[in-house]
Amino acid sequence: MKADPKTLSTIIDILREHVTTEVDIHSTTNLEADLSIDSLKSMEILAAVEDAFDISIPINVLSEVQTVEDLALQIDKLLKEQE
Amino acid sequence: MGLFDKFERIEQSLDTLKQYSESFFNVVLQEIISSTEAVINGKRTILAGTNNYLGMPHRRECIEAACQAIQEHGTGTTGSRMANGTYAIHVELEKELSRFLHKNHTIIFTTGYSANLAVLSTLVGPKDIVILDADCHASIYDGCRLGGVQVYRFRHNNVEDLEKRLKRLATKDTNILIAVEGLYSMLGDRAPLKEIVELKKEYNAYLLVDEAHSLGVLGRNGRGLAEEQDVEDDVDFVIGTFSKSLGSVGGYCSSNHHKLELLRYASRPYVFTASSSPANIAAARKALEIIEKEPQLRTRLWENANLLYSRLKDLSFTIGPAPSPIIPVRFKEIPKAFAAWNGLLENGVYVNMVLPPATPDGTALLRCSLSAAHSLEQVEKIAQAFETIRHLA
Repeated sequence: MKADPKTLSTIIDILREHVTTEVDIHSTTNLEADLSIDSLKSMEILAAVEDAFDISIPINVLSEVQTVEDLALQIDKLLKEQE
Repeated sequence: MGLFDKFERIEQSLDTLKQYSESFFNVVLQEIISSTEAVINGKRTILAGTNNYLGMPHRRECIEAACQAIQEHGTGTTGSRMANGTYAIHVELEKELSRFLHKNHTIIFTTGYSANLAVLSTLVGPKDIVILDADCHASIYDGCRLGGVQVYRFRHNNVEDLEKRLKRLATKDTNILIAVEGLYSMLGDRAPLKEIVELKKEYNAYLLVDEAHSLGVLGRNGRGLAEEQDVEDDVDFVIGTFSKSLGSVGGYCSSNHHKLELLRYASRPYVFTASSSPANIAAARKALEIIEKEPQLRTRLWENANLLYSRLKDLSFTIGPAPSPIIPVRFKEIPKAFAAWNGLLENGVYVNMVLPPATPDGTALLRCSLSAAHSLEQVEKIAQAFETIRHLA
């Protein structure tokens, strides 16, 4: 299953704003291993993603998130639930 | 992949940190001299990082009460509260806490950690929602995880951020519990409880306040932040610990909710743990009595806190936003923080070293906690020790 390209692109834009490592960010980028996102940074990124999509993301879903695509899929799921 | 392979990153971090200080992970209090002094590395050292806010562990009355309880009731209960582990003294302490906190019901637990674990894992479940302050203690997170509730975080002490989440989640037609702390353990700052109570009412949510660091410290009678901000009746569940101001070990949940007692039968961390030892219960009861009788202890604590805060401020350290018995001193660079921590120890002062990701803002913290038992001379010595490491900040 693929994430909505619009969701993916919004998340990548947010990540670019928050991550200092010079890594090309794409759907398979691993948030922890490739971008070194620690718990503190993840809080800021999640809050920005929440504001961008006007949703609230339960931290429970984060255990299933490893890549940018994983995060985008979770956002798509939450947006669908909200409809 | 071996069982321990997943700890490789921890192992690497430990190796890195050991370069800065071999003793950091091996601090042993070789001899306890008093509530404010111990022998560390063979040297008499002032303790300024123990959460021992009122000096109760060494109060003669508390020691005598604990010794007497051992003589009368033995060293341990050997059973859960649901089996053979409920003694009259456990029931008495629950009544005394209810009276002190102006709540109708209290359940005590074997530790403060298990109080949050027991209450949160049982009170809320997968169909409910918890919105918690991002800086909440690990026991609050762990209790939520154990119960499988949906957890949402809001930025530390940010009421607008909380409201944003409440607005979005209120449409879900489910129970919402807001969880915050009275005094936050790392930065020593207070929750904006009055504003949070307004939101709780507006969005028909429940409110849990963990007063672990504020019992005996805040409020005219020492009941905590809710008393200080005059919102006690609006707090649905008060959590607390015996291991700080009361100088013992244990925890509690107090509430006016008439069904609180049902938690005893549903909460696994309550049912399947041995009850608190008689010595711990007796020490906590005596300390609670002293807190009620001696408000001057709180005055003394705050005098010490204000003095150290102002001395560190004068030395231009980056410290917490307001005077508090918990004073965090920030260091941007970890190696310098280690050097400072070692320097303080060499100067006969022990404080807590807190490193990211345990720190809220990614910096390293030297965390001081004051006690009513510190003399003004000791507080001055702590400040002087900080002066010697000023160049590292």
